[in-house]
Amino acid sequence: MTVTVTTAGLLPTGDGPYDVTVVGAGVVGAAIARELAGYRLRTALVEAADDIGEGTSKANTAILHTGFDAVPGSLEARLVREGHGLLAAYAARTGIPLERVGALLVAWDDEQRAVLPELLAKAVRNGYHAARLIGAAELRAREPHLGPGALGALEVPDESIICPWTTPLAFATQAVRAGVHLHLGCRVRGVGSDADGHTLSTSRGPLRTRYLINAAGLYADEFDRFLGHEEFTVTPRRGQLIVFDKLARGLVDHILLPVPTAAGKGVLVAPTVFGNVLLGPTSEDLDDRTATGSTAEGIRLLREKGRRIVPALLDEEVTAVYAGLRAATGQEDYRIRHHPGRRYVTVGGIRSTGLTASMAIAGHVTGLLAELGLDLGERRELPELTLPNIGEAFPRPYLRADLIARDPAYGTLVCHCEQVTLGEIRDAFSTTLPPRSVDGLRRRTRARGGRCQGFYCGAAVRALFEKERP
Amino acid sequence: MTRTERHVDVLIVGAGPAGLAAGAELADAGAGHVEILEREQEAGGIPRHCHHGGFGERRTGGRPRGPYARGGTDGPAYARRSVAAAVRAGAVLRTGVTVTGWAGPRTLDTTGPTGLGRITATAVLLATGARERPRTARLIPGTRPAGVYTTGELQQAVHLYGQRIGTRAVVVGDEPVARSAVATLRAAGVQVAALVTGRPDTPFRVRRSGLPMLTGAVVTALHGRTRLSGVELRHDDGRTTTLRCDTVVLTGDFVPDNELARRGGLTLDPGTRGPAYDAAFRTSRPGVFAAGNLLHAVERAHVAALEGRAVAVPVLHRLAGTDLPAGAGQPLLVDAPLRWIAPNVTGSGGERPPGGRFVLRTDRRLPRPLLLVSQGGRELHRQRLLLPAVPDRPFHLAAEWLDRVDPLGPAVRVSAL
Ligand SMILES: Cc1cc2nc3c(=O)[nH]c(=O)nc-3n(C[C@H](O)[C@H](O)[C@H](O)COP(=O)(O)OP(=O)(O)OC[C@H]3O[C@@H](n4cnc5c(N)ncnc54)[C@H](O)[C@@H]3O)c2cc1C
Ligand SMILES: Cc1cc2nc3c(=O)[nH]c(=O)nc-3n(C[C@H](O)[C@H](O)[C@H](O)COP(=O)(O)OP(=O)(O)OC[C@H]3O[C@@H](n4cnc5c(N)ncnc54)[C@H](O)[C@@H]3O)c2cc1C
Repeated sequence: MTVTVTTAGLLPTGDGPYDVTVVGAGVVGAAIARELAGYRLRTALVEAADDIGEGTSKANTAILHTGFDAVPGSLEARLVREGHGLLAAYAARTGIPLERVGALLVAWDDEQRAVLPELLAKAVRNGYHAARLIGAAELRAREPHLGPGALGALEVPDESIICPWTTPLAFATQAVRAGVHLHLGCRVRGVGSDADGHTLSTSRGPLRTRYLINAAGLYADEFDRFLGHEEFTVTPRRGQLIVFDKLARGLVDHILLPVPTAAGKGVLVAPTVFGNVLLGPTSEDLDDRTATGSTAEGIRLLREKGRRIVPALLDEEVTAVYAGLRAATGQEDYRIRHHPGRRYVTVGGIRSTGLTASMAIAGHVTGLLAELGLDLGERRELPELTLPNIGEAFPRPYLRADLIARDPAYGTLVCHCEQVTLGEIRDAFSTTLPPRSVDGLRRRTRARGGRCQGFYCGAAVRALFEKERP
Repeated sequence: MTRTERHVDVLIVGAGPAGLAAGAELADAGAGHVEILEREQEAGGIPRHCHHGGFGERRTGGRPRGPYARGGTDGPAYARRSVAAAVRAGAVLRTGVTVTGWAGPRTLDTTGPTGLGRITATAVLLATGARERPRTARLIPGTRPAGVYTTGELQQAVHLYGQRIGTRAVVVGDEPVARSAVATLRAAGVQVAALVTGRPDTPFRVRRSGLPMLTGAVVTALHGRTRLSGVELRHDDGRTTTLRCDTVVLTGDFVPDNELARRGGLTLDPGTRGPAYDAAFRTSRPGVFAAGNLLHAVERAHVAALEGRAVAVPVLHRLAGTDLPAGAGQPLLVDAPLRWIAPNVTGSGGERPPGGRFVLRTDRRLPRPLLLVSQGGRELHRQRLLLPAVPDRPFHLAAEWLDRVDPLGPAVRVSAL
């Protein structure tokens, strides 16, 4: 299969219209493209940024949710539950870092403790049966660094941590290798529709497609308006997060959740698959869809909450601070809707669970396409994909004598804080979707993402990027 | 997992000024197999990229040549000289080899292009240095644009890789290293818009005039999408302003590279965040020593080298089996506003720190402070300093009172009046 990834110039038009075009290469759009790649369709994945996963998908809390606390009966509840199973299995097959650390939803006062049985009952209503209540003594034994005053917890053993960057990369890579065309640096500015389909006007010229999927994340409402739909408005809800040094990893064994309130799921403390500890997110309703900066107030609030949950965490060095925007739409559910007679599916409002639900959303959306009249044909298995391991749960290349014996570049460390080797950085540039920025390289290899943030390796990593860039 | 296992007499982690000086001294003294491991491709440590530093001992009467010391050589020359001395003395220097962790009390695991190793040593010396805190660790809010540097990254980008930096920079910091950043930027053709310091007064003189100094100002946010567009400041009087720039260099605010020390379970000093150590550079683990900026971030290179030479004596005792047990000393604690003291364990062998004095830092300016040393209410020593103690600058405390410490008594405290 020839790989088609374009980044500049006019879009290819020679082979007639695409059967399906997915707009937005976040984790949701990439999952949909991968699902469609399993059918004999001409599919395009169109993305405004110059890399996949550059939107909300690159900046989240990276938890594979069970959906135990979802709104029972909602579409989100079902797709999160299904997505959890699908993505856990897929991660194991492809080498996406995932650790089933489990969550402890901690009660800090009597009122909160009284809510735990309700949450347990809700979990059961959501089809999740492995949760259980644990008392203060067991809680302290399992999380000895927890702050004083924790009264008990709801244990949710299947809540897991996952790599947010490798997941969309795996989806997009598999899709592209199976023949999906990926057009990067291609912003859709308008859509003209007729009975046979749609003509997208893009920053790289027109694109003709029979069916169209809007997976534009924070811009899904604006995209809907290109087609005359005015069903919802996205209000970005910012979540700021602090990543603590790897030396803090020993302080936390589980995802430590607060009791949710009307204001949201609250601030959690969780390990990451890279061996750090995450504190966040905040929850701030904004107007600006580009406001992915952090604020003094946000950082102060997180530190105050974190000090309560795991006091010793605050003494550790901070490795990163970042923020992501949830695509909230004022409805406690996804806004996934097909438009009969219009050959168009909106995949909107994927606020805070899209990483988890991505594969189930993809299956659901494909079903909607069939309902709109698209003949999917026979489903075929995609060739397996194996990604290099960048998580801590399995030996990284720098610890593998076999790899180093074959190629000394795997024994040459470039990024010391994250132990990233020359071999891994070099390899990243010969993949199906090579990095197009130093940040893209970091998301693929972890290079320059550690505690020194480039004090030691920044210049060396940049030099390698300049030399190898596509 | 196949690892090549070996035994050496002395294993030194880090080939900066401290590790190299220790290697040279020990090999010279016939310490047996002395091996220095360095994770970078080139040995030398930080001075490798300090083209503007004045390195080495201060030469009286010399023309001011660099921001750190009068006289002396530039960093790369200093690094080359240190490397040559260690190799000439017979130390085995292996570059591109990283110590990745511990496999025993004095056994370290390594990764290098020739494979995985496991080295057990009679004496281990940690000399892993210190780094500047990056933007994230300083919790500076705002966007995450390109153009944000530490001095370390900036110097490497300019001097080792010849990379393009930007056109207009703001330098932030109160420590002498800020002057190195200014010099590096100017060498790279970058206009320096301002040097910003949180201090109420100018913390040091900058060579060549024409550099605006903004005192009493802290960075409250970074602006810009893909590239930095400005640095937001809050001034003493509550005003906020934004300085337009495409580059910011965050200097100083050093933190020891203590990962190996911590992973090895060594006791850390709460003030320095480096391993707790006594005047003989003994950590809490018998046979594991430490030297250089890992112990006290940050002193000048020749201080690190001096410690490297000084640690040779206790290491030789260790090899000869004539060393005293580690961990026998009392913790040496400081009271606010003192930030830390080094060494920070009183020790047991009657050794004196290099130069016969302790080095300290304060969080607040203290005009001619009176330093008091006491143990459980018993005064051991008092000493009036003749000069003010200033944040981020070393000042010293004499060590002659060490003999008066009760080895079975409580912790020893140092306070400033
Ligand atoms: C703080 C925070 C924490 C979260 N934690 C979790 C978690 O722990 N677990 C979990 O499962 N989920 C979590 N989420 C949710 C998850 O990150 C999102 O649901 C998911 O990333 C949404 O993916 P997406 O593909 O819909 O959107 P995006 O990743 O935003 O992708 C949309 C893409 O569309 C592109 N685009 C938009 N308009 C156009 C156009 N006109 N033309 C071309 N391209 C266009 C954008 O450039 C973008 O790349 C969290 C979210 C946030 C903000
Ligand atoms: C930007 C900057 C400018 C400076 N300018 C001056 C100046 O002008 N004049 C002056 O006198 N001083 C200057 N200093 C201070 C001076 O550089 C230090 O005092 C000196 O380098 C400290 O020596 P060291 O041996 O303790 O540590 P370093 O020089 O930091 O050396 C430590 C070495 O250990 C290696 N290492 C760390 N961990 C491992 C591991 N796990 N495995 C293998 N190797 C490892 C590192 O790669 C490094 O090479 C400057 C410092 C900085 C950061």
